[in-house]
Amino acid sequence: MIEKALKGNRSYWIWIAFLIAVIGIGLSAYNQQRWFGLTVTGMGRDISWGLYIAQFTFLVGVAASAVMVVLPYYLHHQKEFAKTVIIGEFMAVSATLMSMLFILADMGRPDRLLNIMLYPSPHSMVFWDLMVLSGYLVMNLVSSWAMLGAERKGAQPPAWVKPLVYLSIPWAFSVHTVTAFLYAGMPGRHLWLTAVLAPRFLASAFAAGTALLILVSLILKRTTGFDTGKEARAKLTVLAAYAGLANIFFLGTEFFTAFYSNVPAYKESLQYLFFGLDGNCQFVPLMWFSLISGVASIGVLLVPKLRNSTKWLVGACSALVLSIWIDKGVGLILGGFVPSPLQEIVEYTPTTTEICVTLGIWSIGILLLTLLLKVFVAVKMANEQ
Amino acid sequence: MMNEQRREFIKKTALGVFAGFGVASGLVPAFSLEKTVLPAWDEKPVPGKIRWGMLIDMRKCKEDCQQCAAVCHHVHNVPDFRNKKDEVKWMWKNPYQNVFPTASQQFVSKEIKDRSCLALCNHCAESPCTKACPTEATFKRWDGIVAMDYHRCIGCRFCMAACPYGSRSFNWQDPRMAIHDPVTTYPTREQGVVEKCNFCSDRLVKGQRPACTEACPEQALTFGDLNDPASDIRQLLETNATMQRKPELGTKPSVFYII
Repeated sequence: MIEKALKGNRSYWIWIAFLIAVIGIGLSAYNQQRWFGLTVTGMGRDISWGLYIAQFTFLVGVAASAVMVVLPYYLHHQKEFAKTVIIGEFMAVSATLMSMLFILADMGRPDRLLNIMLYPSPHSMVFWDLMVLSGYLVMNLVSSWAMLGAERKGAQPPAWVKPLVYLSIPWAFSVHTVTAFLYAGMPGRHLWLTAVLAPRFLASAFAAGTALLILVSLILKRTTGFDTGKEARAKLTVLAAYAGLANIFFLGTEFFTAFYSNVPAYKESLQYLFFGLDGNCQFVPLMWFSLISGVASIGVLLVPKLRNSTKWLVGACSALVLSIWIDKGVGLILGGFVPSPLQEIVEYTPTTTEICVTLGIWSIGILLLTLLLKVFVAVKMANEQ
Repeated sequence: MMNEQRREFIKKTALGVFAGFGVASGLVPAFSLEKTVLPAWDEKPVPGKIRWGMLIDMRKCKEDCQQCAAVCHHVHNVPDFRNKKDEVKWMWKNPYQNVFPTASQQFVSKEIKDRSCLALCNHCAESPCTKACPTEATFKRWDGIVAMDYHRCIGCRFCMAACPYGSRSFNWQDPRMAIHDPVTTYPTREQGVVEKCNFCSDRLVKGQRPACTEACPEQALTFGDLNDPASDIRQLLETNATMQRKPELGTKPSVFYII
């Protein structure tokens, strides 16, 4: 089936070549990082995680959001999603791969990665995260590939696929819950030390992931002519809007608890991110941009007249993805480190090397997604003829 | 010809026999050629029996003296990059309100407000860093010391995020270039691993006190077993008002302060 990815038009190959070029740039930047150490990034003693861990957190959410099509299609027989469900699973595969690569890029000693397996430590959330992520990757790749293979032959999928898909549903929730637990169990990091973090992660994941899925389906329609259907997109739009609304609601509850209780430790990070702390306001414009674009895009998605226009839909979905990328990636991870345990405010700016590595990993994920979707569209188109 | 072969055979046999002795000697500890020194004060490792702790008397600590930190960093080959971003430190001084941000800050005397306090790893009894570590590269020893295995650390920096005291440093680059006066009694670290105060476990094993307590010209640092009611540190804790850093987090620090 994979040979179908080797046949494409000119623009397909230009796109592949472009991605490979960016991967090359990323690899050379990573080579520099391996040689000189993580000092080539903007991270330091006080802000010890940065762009990489932010991407990781965001992408685990995108991966988990596949459940937004898998669950209604397989458990509630919503036939509209028949053409979207495999796209969702393929997106989960590439997002999971990217998130794992971001962890690898962030490690000081990636050569010792297998130590996590050699000395399994159930008391550490990283151990569980690695387990659920690798399980989720395999589960989604195997089940979606088997489904597509069966479809190509016009046969029934093997009997083991269904149970695997059913297992992937609670697994998707666990993937993002465990990711939230990485942060939510740390004493002294008050932005993260909140029970609402896992629910908020799920809400923002379902909003951003679903919006991204709508965008991917529109790109497919534009580039290949393969349409997943207006009904599927309409349903996804509503799902994304309400998930986004839930995310804003959870953020609101965080604000209430922090500012009404007036406990300094709970207030300070939010204050730093949204209003500035002691004259330091590095992220204030970015956070307000995220909040306003988030609210505005949800508004657009909730109005039927606007969301039915492709232009508005693309704009709103892009704004929602960007808003959550800032809120969950940049704001949450960096804000968690400010103020430092010694009440210091340290600024963080990613370096060019760090940005190149990040773009390289994104390109690896997008390349994988492109190849998988190429096979998918080829199979679907052949069947339709 | 024959003789030469015989000589060679005898030579090799003798070598083999000696090698055999060498191996056998390792099997019987009493006859071993090389002895491992048991932990300090001839205590045998009984988990939880000893809990090393430190009491810092800030009243005695002189404002412009950093002798303890200087000696600590020297004997442990702690690099000095001379920039804040890559900084590696085991022991340092910070203003009172930074070291005790959750302690009372209102209407404190000028003397306390202006004072710099010593900060180091608290060797918490309930350590969040060892819990977060996915490889047990940082772990709790039988004597309460939170130790590091630099050869197992994968550099994920979860322990740094988990530590509520900012006591851990990461080697953002090769530390060996920044060790200006290296010692041979303690190993250097590699790029990409985390390090921190080890409560001088390297000196305790030789029966010595931690380097900082010896270095302090004012005797402001008292080191001892918190589980021993007769120890100096326990006597001081029982007769003075003392503080721990952020006790509300439940980490049970083993470093105490007299302010």
